Amino acid sequence: MRFAFTDEQLEFRDAVRDLLAKECTPTHLRDAWTNDTGRIPGLWRQLAEMGVVGMLAPEANGGLGMDEIDLVLLLEETGRVALPEPIVDTAAAAVPELIGDARLDAVVRGEITACVFDPQIVGLATWADTASVFIFAGNGETLRGTPTELRRGTSVDGSRRVFDVVADIPAGARTDNPIPDRGALGTAAQLCGLADRMIEMTVDYVKERKQFGVPIGSFQAVKHHLANARLALEFARPLVYRAAYSVARHDPDRSAHVSMAKANASDAAHLASRVALQCHGAIGYTTEYDLHLYMKRAWALARAWGDAGWHRQRIERALLGGTTNA
Amino acid sequence: MDLTFSPEEEAFRSECRAWLDAKVPQPALPSGDTREGFAAHLEWERTLFDAHYAVVSWPERYGGRDASLWEWLIFEEEYYRAGAPQRVTQNGIFLLAPTIFEFGTPEQQDRILAKMAAGEQTWCQGWSEPNAGSDLAGIQSKAVRDDAAGGWRITGQKTWTTRGAFCTHLFGLFRTDPDAERHRGLTYLLVDLSTPGITVRPVERLDGDEGFAEVFFDDAFVPDENVLGEANHGWEVAMATTGSERGLTLRSPGRFMATANRLIELAREHAGTTDTALRARLVQAWTDADAYRWQTFWTVTRMAEGKRSGAESSLVKLWWSELDVRLHELALELLGPHAELIDGDDAAWMKGYEFALSGPIYAGTNEIQRNVVAERVLGLPRK
Repeated sequence: MRFAFTDEQLEFRDAVRDLLAKECTPTHLRDAWTNDTGRIPGLWRQLAEMGVVGMLAPEANGGLGMDEIDLVLLLEETGRVALPEPIVDTAAAAVPELIGDARLDAVVRGEITACVFDPQIVGLATWADTASVFIFAGNGETLRGTPTELRRGTSVDGSRRVFDVVADIPAGARTDNPIPDRGALGTAAQLCGLADRMIEMTVDYVKERKQFGVPIGSFQAVKHHLANARLALEFARPLVYRAAYSVARHDPDRSAHVSMAKANASDAAHLASRVALQCHGAIGYTTEYDLHLYMKRAWALARAWGDAGWHRQRIERALLGGTTNA
Repeated sequence: MDLTFSPEEEAFRSECRAWLDAKVPQPALPSGDTREGFAAHLEWERTLFDAHYAVVSWPERYGGRDASLWEWLIFEEEYYRAGAPQRVTQNGIFLLAPTIFEFGTPEQQDRILAKMAAGEQTWCQGWSEPNAGSDLAGIQSKAVRDDAAGGWRITGQKTWTTRGAFCTHLFGLFRTDPDAERHRGLTYLLVDLSTPGITVRPVERLDGDEGFAEVFFDDAFVPDENVLGEANHGWEVAMATTGSERGLTLRSPGRFMATANRLIELAREHAGTTDTALRARLVQAWTDADAYRWQTFWTVTRMAEGKRSGAESSLVKLWWSELDVRLHELALELLGPHAELIDGDDAAWMKGYEFALSGPIYAGTNEIQRNVVAERVLGLPRK
């Protein structure tokens, strides 16, 4: 038993964190809110060059031939900065499904991206207008050609470009379709990063902000809010890392493990968003302040790829079995 | 990352399981927080000790088997899975012993540890006083130097002392320098409760057992050999113990996982009467027990690699204590009107609930723990 990452995995994480700290700042995010694509120009190619996009692809396709344990920490970093890119769809969900597909090399090189759609599993499809590869999450089959129509919606998170994808659903049925698990796992990791970021921003703020002549972070009511947020994150993260291991190792219970991770990560990020806003007070209620960039992403991701309730029902079937519809 | 146990560890698990399945007393022993039950539990402790299961992680010379942290966790999982008795020696073996290993002299270690493991000497904790609860540094019980006799004379009162009426010894903090401020000037003393000048009065707890006691000291003598660590530096020594109490050593995940699994069994039995909302909360509680298990494995990996855990132990204490209450509340909800029965097949849930309710209070209330998390984990200002 060794429940920890290797030094190499942590170094890779640090390198991605450094890149994103420079290239995915609140200024970049604000630009993505208003530009044509909702993405950060040039950043996707940099992530591909580092190997993040093709991490799960075989080396023969230009990938790194690594697994979900390597990837999960990096996805957490993409959540921390609210990266406005289709990283979960492409790197976590789609890439392993494209082995044998002629387009994989271009995906790994960062030239094209994938969009995974299925209202029952994913919810709204994201960045579909800039995607080239479409995969139906329900059966893991790749769309031949392009969707019939993309119906654009407007997300509360302005950098998240969301769509209903109208397409002829490709036929095919697999007994073991790993896409729902890998998408939910990646989203759970992003939610942990977001929760951590919102807690960190709030801690910094309440240390500085003074009322009644003292920092508001010295008040117990504020301390207890933040302690609760930190507590929820502390006990969500290990479930996410364990789920990554279970998916990578094809554990027979991996779907339940992913659901435990996504349920607790969704709740932790939701709580962090509530605590962060309340402790910031009115400044957090403005769009001039950066908190809303992360809070709104958390609102969206808490419900994408199955919300906490959906995942708890999935655990319930594994745990309580026949009692579900008793 | 490797989330499997080694063949040796799995063999150890099988060995523990077989032994426990054969030896765990049936029917269950009466509560260890009554005089009669305490005696029955000490017999069980002797059985554990003779088979080298009482303190698996301790050195062999004190009755252990030099087990690793992982093996200790495996033992705990099997122990609670088997429904084995509560550990009435726990305040000694889990709270005092780590402190003795760290601060005790070799002579103290040899004199105390083996007898503690065998249940021949039983230890209660003398922290709280009528005016020092969460504010532990407000301790007023004093110890006055007696150079002629070579020791200290203690006067004052300790309270809410768990199993104080049945234990043979008490460890606690006493004020040895009356001029020092707050947490300075305290000394950690090991006290034989049969010493003249000590009176113990049992106090009935919420669950009706005499599990609490008040301990009165009237010029009772404690020899120098029973000072743990340096005189007037008891606070540092004691903080090592409260770290254990809040964190890993007292509350292995095995106990909560076993409770969560029993709750799921109960839910299956009551499948006809559960609604969707209740089932969602059952799933959530079970998930949170599993989260505790994996957070522990995460922490133990760090400890096995030589890193110490600090204020994070407050996060751990918050989690298990509030989880334990929720697990029992859900069971009572499943039992419905029969939950109030304290006899019959399901009585253990109400008893367990009453016990779980102490968790958010003892070892530093959860309000204090949240302050600790905010100040020492997150770095918020004290004032």
